[in-house]
Amino acid sequence: MARPYNRRTGYSRRAQYGLFFSYVAAVSGAVVALLLLILSAVDPNGFGALKGAVSDATLPISNAGRAVGATVSGVFTNLGSYIDAAGQVRRLEREAAANKTRLIEARALAYENGRLKRLLRMEEQGTRAVTVGRLVASTGTSIRRYAILNAGFVHGVRQGMPVRGPGGLVGRVASAGAASARVGLVTDGGTVVPVRRVPDGMPAIATGTGDGFIDIRALGAENTTFKVGDVFVTSGAGGVYPPNIPVAVIRRRTRDALLARPVADPTAFDFAAVLPIYQPQVEVQRRALPPLPGQ
Amino acid sequence: MRTLPFRVGKPVLSLRARATPVASVMFASLVPLLLPVVADWPFLPPFGLLMLLGWRLLRPGFFLPWAPLPLGAFDDLASGQPIGSAMLLWTLAFLAIDASERALLWRDYLQDWIVAAAAIAFCLAGGYLLALLAGGDAPVLSFVPQLLASILVFPVIARLCARIDIWRLK
Repeated sequence: MARPYNRRTGYSRRAQYGLFFSYVAAVSGAVVALLLLILSAVDPNGFGALKGAVSDATLPISNAGRAVGATVSGVFTNLGSYIDAAGQVRRLEREAAANKTRLIEARALAYENGRLKRLLRMEEQGTRAVTVGRLVASTGTSIRRYAILNAGFVHGVRQGMPVRGPGGLVGRVASAGAASARVGLVTDGGTVVPVRRVPDGMPAIATGTGDGFIDIRALGAENTTFKVGDVFVTSGAGGVYPPNIPVAVIRRRTRDALLARPVADPTAFDFAAVLPIYQPQVEVQRRALPPLPGQ
Repeated sequence: MRTLPFRVGKPVLSLRARATPVASVMFASLVPLLLPVVADWPFLPPFGLLMLLGWRLLRPGFFLPWAPLPLGAFDDLASGQPIGSAMLLWTLAFLAIDASERALLWRDYLQDWIVAAAAIAFCLAGGYLLALLAGGDAPVLSFVPQLLASILVFPVIARLCARIDIWRLK
């Protein structure tokens, strides 16, 4: 097929000028885009209000979609439960017996823990959630890992607040719309969380890798002491994330990195609680300093 | 081809005919946010870009050369990419397609597909680099499955554009 003539202007001066200026507009617009890119490299959370408006607009549909997804998978789970009812009852009875013992042990530990804390006069501030929502959608086309939370500015969500799920840390609020917020997941390359290993408190830095993993790097020492299966929780350093929220479990060791999976699976559509910034005054000081490019 | 009557001061095409391509591209940009999926890695094709390329190759004269700027800005707001990334890359892709059409006299279906594949590859690779620049991180090959999916999905989107085109000009 012969190509249809694209924008043939003929001898009309006006049409020729119009075409010329539309190319000028395209090229100068591309230059503006380049400037905007530099701006967003300096301040990645810019245009938060506009981003929030877009996720607000799509929220009703993604909320409904989540319900549909949950119902469909629920039907299959329920069918499976009927078929395997007797086996399940036996399994649950076994588990209940085992849990009873563990519960008694846990009560004893909690009592001992409370006693020791009193002894140390250490009062841990309980962090009360600002609000609780659900992760309903995500940005699936970009290498940035953002999820959409169905709670926003009117529920008290502000930019920079940490978000946790029932299992552990989910991420941090990147921008808040009126009724929805964009959460930078712990697996996003832009999320950096100060962590420590659970039993011995060895400090480390957890950075997302953008493909569902978290890169764990030891502070100061070599990585050699960390091994597959180690669990990391937030350390509270930096003043953003409250301490002792589970973050990641090391799954794989490569030649130059330790790759961990997040404890809270963000793909599970679970509840997510938005927490206040742990030490707001630290964050205020950090903002007073000029931002580093690429952070 | 049917000639359209010339009338002064009144647009030749109806509002529906003019607004539908723009609205369809914007809606396609929102599709990843509408799907109830929390993605672990980029696996969805950039539907907004595919739709825009579909329209560009179906109706070469419809979108002006600067049209990808506002459409790309909207896509950036929805996609999680740094603002300006799709604006820049889509506009450059459009200019490149314009240049290629001066060189190519004949075109067919396969050639359209190759042009679209090149544009998609350019935009995804560029988007990856610009997201790295803006503080993201991902393995180099993370967008390759997405790229293959996008190229394979493009003919479907092109057919969809053709169906919408019939409806909008009815």
